[in-house]
Amino acid sequence: MASGSETVSVLDEHGRVRPTAAAEPYADRALAVPLEQRIGFLKDMVMTRAFDVAAANLQRQGHLALWVPSYGQEAAQVGSGRAARAQDTIFPAYREHAVGMVRGLDPMAIIRLLRGMSHGGWDPAENGNFRLYTLVIGSQTLHATGYAMGIQLDGAMATGDPETDEAVMVYFGDGASAQGDTNEAFVFAASYRTPQVFFLQNNHWAISVPVERQSRVPLAQRADGFGMPGVRVDGNDVLASYAVTAELLDDARAGRGPALIEALTYRIGAHTSSDDPTKYRSEDELARWSERDPILRLRHHLESEGVAAEVFETIDAEAAELAADVRRQTVELPEPPVSLMFEHVYSEPHPLTDAQLEWLTQYEASFGGAS
Amino acid sequence: MTTMPMVKALNAGLRKALADDERVLMMGEDIGVLGGVFRVTEGLQAEFGERRVFDTPLAESGIVGTAIGLAMRGYRPVCEIQFDGFIYPGFDQITSQLAKLTNRYEGTLTMPIVIRVPYGGHIGAVEHHQESPEALFAHTAGLRVVTPSTPNDAYWMIQQAVASNDPVMFFEPKGRYWPKGEVDLARPAVGLHDTRVVRVGTDATLIGYGPMVSVLLTAAETAAEEGRSLEVVDVRSLSPIDWAPLVASVEKTGRAIVAHEASGFLGLGSEIAAQLTERAFYSLEAPVLRVTGFDIPFPPARLEKLHLPDADRVLEAVDRAFAY
Repeated sequence: MASGSETVSVLDEHGRVRPTAAAEPYADRALAVPLEQRIGFLKDMVMTRAFDVAAANLQRQGHLALWVPSYGQEAAQVGSGRAARAQDTIFPAYREHAVGMVRGLDPMAIIRLLRGMSHGGWDPAENGNFRLYTLVIGSQTLHATGYAMGIQLDGAMATGDPETDEAVMVYFGDGASAQGDTNEAFVFAASYRTPQVFFLQNNHWAISVPVERQSRVPLAQRADGFGMPGVRVDGNDVLASYAVTAELLDDARAGRGPALIEALTYRIGAHTSSDDPTKYRSEDELARWSERDPILRLRHHLESEGVAAEVFETIDAEAAELAADVRRQTVELPEPPVSLMFEHVYSEPHPLTDAQLEWLTQYEASFGGAS
Repeated sequence: MTTMPMVKALNAGLRKALADDERVLMMGEDIGVLGGVFRVTEGLQAEFGERRVFDTPLAESGIVGTAIGLAMRGYRPVCEIQFDGFIYPGFDQITSQLAKLTNRYEGTLTMPIVIRVPYGGHIGAVEHHQESPEALFAHTAGLRVVTPSTPNDAYWMIQQAVASNDPVMFFEPKGRYWPKGEVDLARPAVGLHDTRVVRVGTDATLIGYGPMVSVLLTAAETAAEEGRSLEVVDVRSLSPIDWAPLVASVEKTGRAIVAHEASGFLGLGSEIAAQLTERAFYSLEAPVLRVTGFDIPFPPARLEKLHLPDADRVLEAVDRAFAY
C-alpha cells in the first residue's frame, strides 16, 4: 500500500531510485537534492531517533511523566520540516520531535514538557517559528488556518519574493482527520485560499484504532471535496516527503492556495509510554513496517551513492553524544517554581489568582521550609 | 450625552475600536453585508472593508479557532456568536485553547480576543435562542467574563474588552438591545471589571447583572412605594468579580438577594452567596437568597414569563429575607 501507483515515492524500500508514476511532478526536485543535504537528512533522522530512544528510557526510569515516541516517522517529519523556509510557521501536534529539532528547537524543551515542568516550554519566536505542541486532537489545524489568514491580511505572501513570502504548515494524524476542527480548518482554508499545507502523517493507528475506522477513502482524497489538492506521499521516503512538501509550500507562498499531504508512515513505537500496542496490532505488521525503516532506507541509498562508512560513524557518534547529553541534563533539571501555575493564567493582573498565589506562598512558608 | 439603544451603542463602540486600532478585526456569521442578525455590526463592513469585517463559514469552532490563529499573528479579533445556544460547537476551542494559551505559552503569547454573545430571554424565540450560559465561562480559568446592562456600559465595555490583552467573553443582554438610554461619549464612568451601585438603598441589597438589572430596578421602585429602601448593585464583571462594593453594600443593608436568568444550581448566584457569607457573615441578618431561572432547559416561548425571574419574584424573596 505504501508504494501503490497513486503514492509519490522516489526511493524504493531498498533505497534505490525508483520513482513511481505519481512522483513524476516531484521527482526532479527530489533528485536535485545535493548529496550533502541528503546526508544532512540522515543526520536529522538519526539524531531524532537517538533522542527519542533516550527519552523513552528516561520515562521508564521515572524521569518523565510520559513519552510520545516519534520512532518510525522520521522521514515524513524531516523531509517536510526541511522543506519549510525559515520564515514559515509550523504548527505541530505533539509527536513532531524531528520537525522541532530541524527548526532549531532544543530537545530539552520537549523533555521539560513531558517531565511535567511546563504545559508549553518554549518561545516559538526563538525556536524556528515552531509553535507549541497541542494535545487536543486536531485543535491546532484551526490555529494554523487563522495564522495563515493573518499572513494574507498582512500581505506577506504572493509578492513573488521567495525570501519573504510566508506559509504555514500544520501537522496532524490519521485520527485527527476525523475531528470536526480539522474539517472546519479545511473549509476555512479552502474558502479563504490561505497559504498553508496540511501535513497529515498517516501512521495507521490512532492509539488502538486502525485508520480504516477513520476513513473509507484514502485520506489524501478528502482534499477534493474541500476544493484543494491532495497528494499522497510515501512518508518513509525522505526525498519524496521533502519534494512534495517543498512544491506545495511554494504554491502556498505564491498564493495558489492550501493543500493536503497525506504521508504514509508507521508508528513503530507505542502511542505513548502508557500504551501497549501488542494488544491491538500483530507482530507481522510491525515486522513488515520495521523492514521499511526510513533511516535504513536512506542509509542504503547513501551507501549506494558511495558515501563513506566514516560519515555514518560520525553521525552515529554525534547521536550517541546527544542522547548522553539529554540523559545528563534531564536528571539535573530543577523543580518548577510554585508561582509558575499562577503567573500566566492571565496576561494582566487578576485579583483571584494574585490572591491565591499570595495565600499559597504564605501557607507554604508557614511550615518553615521556605527561604 | 446622547440617547441610543444598546445595539447602536455597541455598534458605535465597535466602530471606535476598529478606527482606533487597525489590528482589530470583526468576524462571524452574517456580520458583513447583513450587519449581524441583530444589526450590531451594521455598516461596519462598508466602512472598514471586507478585510477587517468579514463573514466566516458557518462553524463556531472554526470561528474561535481561526481567531486564535489570527491573534497569534498579532491581530485582535472580535468574534460574534450568533446566539447563546450556538456557542457550544466553539466551547472546546474557548475552554481548552483560548482560555489556556497564555498559560501554556508562559507569558510569550497574549490572546486579545473578544467573543460577543447575545444571551438571555425575553424575545419569545425558539429553542437555543434564549439561553444564559455565562457560568460555564466564569468557571473557566483564563477567561474574563463581562456583561453590560445599559447602552452606556455597552458602549464603553465593548471598547475596554477589545483593549484587554486577555480573552473576554462579552455577554450582550439581547432582551435589552432596543430600549434607549443615555450614553456619555466623552469618558467611561468605571472600568471593565468594576461592580457598580446603580440605586442606593438601606434595607436590603439586590444583586444582578445584564438583563436582570432593569428588573431589579423595577422591584426597588415598587418596594420604595411600600416604604422599603432597596439598594441595587450591577455586578457587570462576572470574572473576576469586584467584591468590595458588594461586601460594603451588604455590610450596610444586612440582607442580599441575587438574581439571574440562568439556572440556579451552581450559577453565579451560588458563588456570590458563598462569597458574601464568607466575607460579610457578621453583617448578615438573613441568608443570601437566590432568584433564578429554574433548573430546566429554557422552556418554549409561551412559558418563558414563568421561567424568567420578574420583579414580583424578586420582591417575594425580599419578603422572605425580612422574615428571618
